[in-house]
Amino acid sequence: MKLLKLVPDNTNIKFLRWRIPFYVVSVLLIIASWGLVLTKGLNLGVDFVGGQMIRVTFERTAEAPVAELRERVGALGYGEPIIQQFGKPNEVSIRMKLPEGSDANTGLADQMARKITAQIKSDHADARIDGVDSVSGKVSGELFRTGMQALIAAMIAISIYIWVRFEWQFGVGALFALVHDVSLTLGLFALTQMEFDLNIVAAILTLIGYSLNDTIVIYDRIRENLRKYRRMPMPELLDLSVNETLSRTVVTSGSVLITLVALLLLGPNVIFGFTAAITMGIFVGTYSSIYMSAPILIWLKVNPGSFVPVESDIERQERLAREGA
Amino acid sequence: MLDFPRWKQLWLWFLTIAACFAAVPSLFSLAGAPWPAALPNPQINLGLDLAGGSHILLEANPDQVRRQRLEGMEEEVRGALRRAEPRIRIGEVSSRDGTISFMLEDPGQVDAAREQLLPLLSSSAAGARDWDFQVVDGNRIVLTPTKAGIDQAVTQAMDSATEVVRKRIDALGTREPTIIRQGATRIVVQVPGLKDPAALKSLLGQTAKLEFKLVDTLASPTDIQQGIAQAGSQIVPYADPQLGALAVKRLGGIKGDQLTNAQQGFNQQTNEPVVNITFDSQGGARFAKLTTDNVGKPFAIILDGKVLSAPNINEPILGGSAQISGSFTVDTANQLAIALRSGALPVDLQVVEERSVGPDLGADSIRKGMIAFGVGSLALMLFMVVTYGRFGFYTNAALILNTLMILGIMAAMNTTLTLPGIAGFVLTIGAAVDANVLINERIREERARGRRVVQAIEMGYKEASSAIFDGNITNLIAAILMFMFGSGPIRGFAVVLMIGIVTSVFTAVTLNRMWVAGWLRRTRPTDLVL
Repeated sequence: MKLLKLVPDNTNIKFLRWRIPFYVVSVLLIIASWGLVLTKGLNLGVDFVGGQMIRVTFERTAEAPVAELRERVGALGYGEPIIQQFGKPNEVSIRMKLPEGSDANTGLADQMARKITAQIKSDHADARIDGVDSVSGKVSGELFRTGMQALIAAMIAISIYIWVRFEWQFGVGALFALVHDVSLTLGLFALTQMEFDLNIVAAILTLIGYSLNDTIVIYDRIRENLRKYRRMPMPELLDLSVNETLSRTVVTSGSVLITLVALLLLGPNVIFGFTAAITMGIFVGTYSSIYMSAPILIWLKVNPGSFVPVESDIERQERLAREGA
Repeated sequence: MLDFPRWKQLWLWFLTIAACFAAVPSLFSLAGAPWPAALPNPQINLGLDLAGGSHILLEANPDQVRRQRLEGMEEEVRGALRRAEPRIRIGEVSSRDGTISFMLEDPGQVDAAREQLLPLLSSSAAGARDWDFQVVDGNRIVLTPTKAGIDQAVTQAMDSATEVVRKRIDALGTREPTIIRQGATRIVVQVPGLKDPAALKSLLGQTAKLEFKLVDTLASPTDIQQGIAQAGSQIVPYADPQLGALAVKRLGGIKGDQLTNAQQGFNQQTNEPVVNITFDSQGGARFAKLTTDNVGKPFAIILDGKVLSAPNINEPILGGSAQISGSFTVDTANQLAIALRSGALPVDLQVVEERSVGPDLGADSIRKGMIAFGVGSLALMLFMVVTYGRFGFYTNAALILNTLMILGIMAAMNTTLTLPGIAGFVLTIGAAVDANVLINERIREERARGRRVVQAIEMGYKEASSAIFDGNITNLIAAILMFMFGSGPIRGFAVVLMIGIVTSVFTAVTLNRMWVAGWLRRTRPTDLVL
């Protein structure tokens, strides 16, 4: 039986030859992402800015009356609603953020949700309210703060762990790769103006975990090779490590992508944004563990002296057998 | 690495089977099949986003508690000083800036006043002071609430508010509501499978403070319009804004908190919906006195600071029951009846966060989530077998057991599966696959270097283990931090991730290794198809 090999044996791709141009591009992308976040801003969902979102299905019409809804809900005097179709054409979400400077009025989000729901129900007998989210300004502030705390705490704690398990240079490299991944994801959300809510923070945390896993696999191999080939120049050693783990990188990314694509195409509409963010993160994360976290070790002057060579039991037996012969 | 004594094998199988067994009842209920009631029934709770239902976060404003406490104290101070022997005369009482201050007409009575007020200053038996007593300029007494006193008052108010909320929700007859105090001033209400969350919200948002006050018939309409109240009366708006406002007398009214019953009914003449209330004996006696003393005069029925109606007292009402009218619908009358039966809320509660999901959307999410999970898993398993042959089968067996174990442990711990939780599930599957990929790739490498089958496999598990370990620990760190700092969806995700990391290492590394070791022992292969 012949098994599938996505990556041929003994590849020798010179990944690190282009490290400087790639680094320049990546750093520019990080800067551009932050530029986008600061100028265009993130399209923060009601979780983070407060407001309400309701989901409505019009059971007896093929298509939701979007234009009419926009006018009727807009006439309630809270501002312009954002109306989006999701799933079938007769299913819409109606989003309305809290007006600026209304944080003091804690009941406003709920009041908006009630008024809008009542309006739609009285206009359309066939409207079925599938979901209501309303978040007051105070609670949204707390959600934003706790979300950011979780993100930053996770990034720092993980880097410290890597520092302890490897060397400080590896911790810096991992942190840099994480900053890269998070920045690019935020940049994408600023660029596309996709809604950024609590689920997306969970998605970013997921991709941090995934990207880091990739980084660790390569670092683990780098450490092993540093102990094994004590005279090999760093760029060559890094290339060797990336190539040796390339098959694993491809198979694992492929496996995760298979499940994610199934979730994207067939899964519940409600988590589409979440899955899309993770899917993008898989690509960004894989790239960053090869081109961000590895080359930085050269610049931070990691060398074979950083690690004491160790020999496994099997290797020792084999060496003794060789020497005996 | 490949050495598994019999006791260890038995122990691993026992753990696996026990965890999987716990998943069985949940699988039955996800598939919609009944589970025999006689058997133990650990179940995964489906989150409200999957099962449908409402999550409502209510918040009280502690300033309101403070203000009410100040008003109550003001009355008590007056009463206590009036009752003193000899009577202690005081000037105007001011309760500005959160303190109570008043002037003694006779500065010589400072000590007597202190004596008289002392019992009011600390309510708790522990002797903690609720109010600080100060004398300024020799004859002005200032009472300042202490922080401990305020905190205790807020706690008490929230405790009884929670109780009232519970009574009201029980009156709606919904199944399994969850009502939890959160922080100092919040209450979380979770009600699964609710058809009309709007009704629940308006019921919870209603303070239901009912008052009967005499109408000040001498107030001029222009004064009322401009909101100017004569001494001893106050302006109260109608609930129906078209009717404007009404002047009522401050004192001499009664409160509607002494009720034994409240029911929705109909007015016999007009047939409009009303609420019939029954006072307890003390309340009934007061109501009888109020109506006897004021026959022919109008009195206002005031709910939460708004006038519902102001009927004339045609005759003394002695039976201890009364009828409240005020342009109700059957639904609103019913709601008010429930609210009155459960008692007034000691503080106003506002809905600061709501997450409601209709039952149809929830069912749709479960169905689509299951389909996506099924299709994704099948495609993944096919990929594994095509890539790793026999080792792919071991990976798949580990994946299936991993899924069952996660479900089983979640059921045993009675945790809640939410939509982000399903995403966490997918990530866990990814991590479990990665562990096997790392091992299998390493075995391939070791074979390519010319190692013999057994050595290659042993090296594969050994060398892959440090990367697997570090990868899972970092994910675990992230999951723990998500659980600690995050809220709502992030936590639901983190819970599944934490359980999944443990089970995936167990199935994908330990069980998998045991199977491979068994196969090696049985067949002693000289070559590997990998």
